[in-house]
Amino acid sequence: MTLVQFLAGHRAEFFGLLMQHIVLVGASTAVAVLIGVPTGILAARRPRVGAPIVWLANVVQTIPSLAMFGFLLPLPLVGGLGARVAILVLILYALLPIVRTTAAGLRGLDPALIEAGTALGLTPRQLLWQVELPLALPAIVAGIRVAAVIGVGTATIAAAVGAGGLGEYIFRGLSMVDPTVILAGAVPAAVLALTADGLLLWIERAFGRRGNRRVPRAVPAAVAITSILLIVVAATTASRRTGPVIRIGSKNFTEQIVLGEIIAQAIERNAHVTVERRLNLGGTFICDKAIRAGDIDVYVEYTGTADTAIFKEQVDTDPARVFARVREHYADAGLTLLAPLGFENTFAILVRGDDARRLGLKTIDDARSAARSWQAGFGYEFLQRADGYPGLANRYGLRFGSPPRAMDLSLIYRALARRQVDLIAGDATSGLISAYDLVMLEDNRRYFPPYDAAAVARSATLLRYPEVRLALEGLSGRISMGDMRQMNRAVDAGHDDPAAVARAFLARLERGRQSKG
Amino acid sequence: METSAAIELRGVHLSRGAAGSVLRGVNLSICSGETVALVGRSGAGKSTILKLINGLLTADAGHVIVDGRDTREWNAYELRRRIGYVLQDVGLFPHMTVATNVGVVPRLLGWDPARIDARVDEVLALVGLPAGVFATRWPHELSGGQRQRVGVARALAADPPVLLMDEPFGALDPVTRAELHREFRRIQAEVRKTVVIVTHDMGEAFALGSRVGVLADGAIAEIASPARLARSMDPRVRPLLEPLFEAGALVGREA
Repeated sequence: MTLVQFLAGHRAEFFGLLMQHIVLVGASTAVAVLIGVPTGILAARRPRVGAPIVWLANVVQTIPSLAMFGFLLPLPLVGGLGARVAILVLILYALLPIVRTTAAGLRGLDPALIEAGTALGLTPRQLLWQVELPLALPAIVAGIRVAAVIGVGTATIAAAVGAGGLGEYIFRGLSMVDPTVILAGAVPAAVLALTADGLLLWIERAFGRRGNRRVPRAVPAAVAITSILLIVVAATTASRRTGPVIRIGSKNFTEQIVLGEIIAQAIERNAHVTVERRLNLGGTFICDKAIRAGDIDVYVEYTGTADTAIFKEQVDTDPARVFARVREHYADAGLTLLAPLGFENTFAILVRGDDARRLGLKTIDDARSAARSWQAGFGYEFLQRADGYPGLANRYGLRFGSPPRAMDLSLIYRALARRQVDLIAGDATSGLISAYDLVMLEDNRRYFPPYDAAAVARSATLLRYPEVRLALEGLSGRISMGDMRQMNRAVDAGHDDPAAVARAFLARLERGRQSKG
Repeated sequence: METSAAIELRGVHLSRGAAGSVLRGVNLSICSGETVALVGRSGAGKSTILKLINGLLTADAGHVIVDGRDTREWNAYELRRRIGYVLQDVGLFPHMTVATNVGVVPRLLGWDPARIDARVDEVLALVGLPAGVFATRWPHELSGGQRQRVGVARALAADPPVLLMDEPFGALDPVTRAELHREFRRIQAEVRKTVVIVTHDMGEAFALGSRVGVLADGAIAEIASPARLARSMDPRVRPLLEPLFEAGALVGREA
């Protein structure tokens, strides 16, 4: 898929992330100007006070941004996931160039002009506003330019703390090893940086044009408006904090984002709380850490993953036993595992639909005789792992005519549809299963561990907001394998917005309930 | 004489003046409407005296009295807005047009815009720069002589009773300079300000001053009309007059 196709397919999401990015950089640069310019003036007027400030800003600048995010995350008040930390970090980075150029611009002014102004009877304040700031304005704008460009770059890292922005594509692309998705974040970020730079350069030139350097009346007005906006933002975040807020997390792939949306919207429909989405957080461990730390209240986990990856248990193929054990482990940590949603995201042994119908194949056992003349295709990992192909062949006594072909996972569905191979191991909830008319053979000997999807929630949250528990329980057993495949397909192949897909699903669920009732 | 003095310095001492100069008991009385030119070598304290008069500097001892009040009692900003000031390198603000530069002090005084516009036109005409041509120009678009005229216009804009000029024509070529000297005398005849002009050039002092004071060793060595000063035998004054005799500039006056 090309970059253009990807962006066209993710239009709504892309513009959302772009806006987040612009807001992150815009808000932080605005605050940095409000703090940095007066600090720069102070530094120019009182070098003894100013020198340590510039020194401090210098030191801050040398801290790598990822380290800075990591450093601020655990702090109370500013810490935690999200835009708050990101904006704080971006402000800190933007301060140095602004303070420095403001101070340098003021110090570099012709002393004769200052003397002339004083001799004419300007007070120090009038001198500052009518003479010094207008003349230093090009230097100050140059500093803001540098700050904004640094900000656009640094803000991509903000996605690591769940603040959103174009960095989300970069991190998503990295975890998916998909260069197109990485570029979908990196290229617009670069364009944004160049645009911001060009725009500010134009402003700088407009002011720099000899003569036209009066501080326009709009400047104090703009400063005032920005301050008001910031106060409004601060007030709304503050008021949000006082009201009940439920934070929904998710891992960083399509199915998880759709599930996160479904849970978020179900709670919004049924409970009087504010829902905050912290979707696309990263892998299993990030979500687990976040829910234990209370940064998120709910996310969807898979029982088999929790059993082996989080709680380090041996592989177990009994779904009930795995569920009970995982639930217990979670309970010890103050978390509640709710009843499974109804589908599992496990390995799926897939064949073409026409083969299945022609040969009457329902289970993996059924395929044993046909397999002797078949060519199988598996991913590299599935071929190697003991709990992959070797164990599978062993359990079912599967023998293929020729050795299985190793293939990249992204190509394996298409290879089956095009008859290059006849049997593959895929992902049970993949949207491509229905797209290519494939059939999943039942694991009737229970070889694969169970990966039942189920919501994990903080027990304290469920106790405090019983309607949240009701909303979550309302989803138990309601999302079938077919539902999930269809929704994954809508997002991955149809490029629909995950939020819209979730909304449509919940509406269908609602109608089903009403017609039954 | 004592009562009609517009500006008076009495026993002024200052250990750290402008450009490292030192004043040791300056006495000077300047009448309303007269033009006093102060001459001296570099670092003699000429500019320091101007800065004492408009409150940019304060005397260590003695009194500087403007309009009957010690400068220590004046509100410094009010005082400065009543005193026109022309600097050697003009100090026009590069980010303001000619008209805006000239209107600085009237704006500080809170005049209404129509009055400011009319006054700017008036003083620009007075210094020989028609407003229709020059009002919207920027300082960098002007010649040195035109900039100097704008500097004078700016100093006169709020119609201050006192005008201080610090080497106002120092950076100009001799022809432009002579032209501006004539202009200055014409303007002064018209507006009748109390003017203190500082120069290191005795020729300029003689051309502009109704009285000329010589500063040496931190005090006024002699102050008199040009004709009387030309005959001075004071060893601190003679060397400053020599170049004029050599150039023959004083021959006409002597005769």
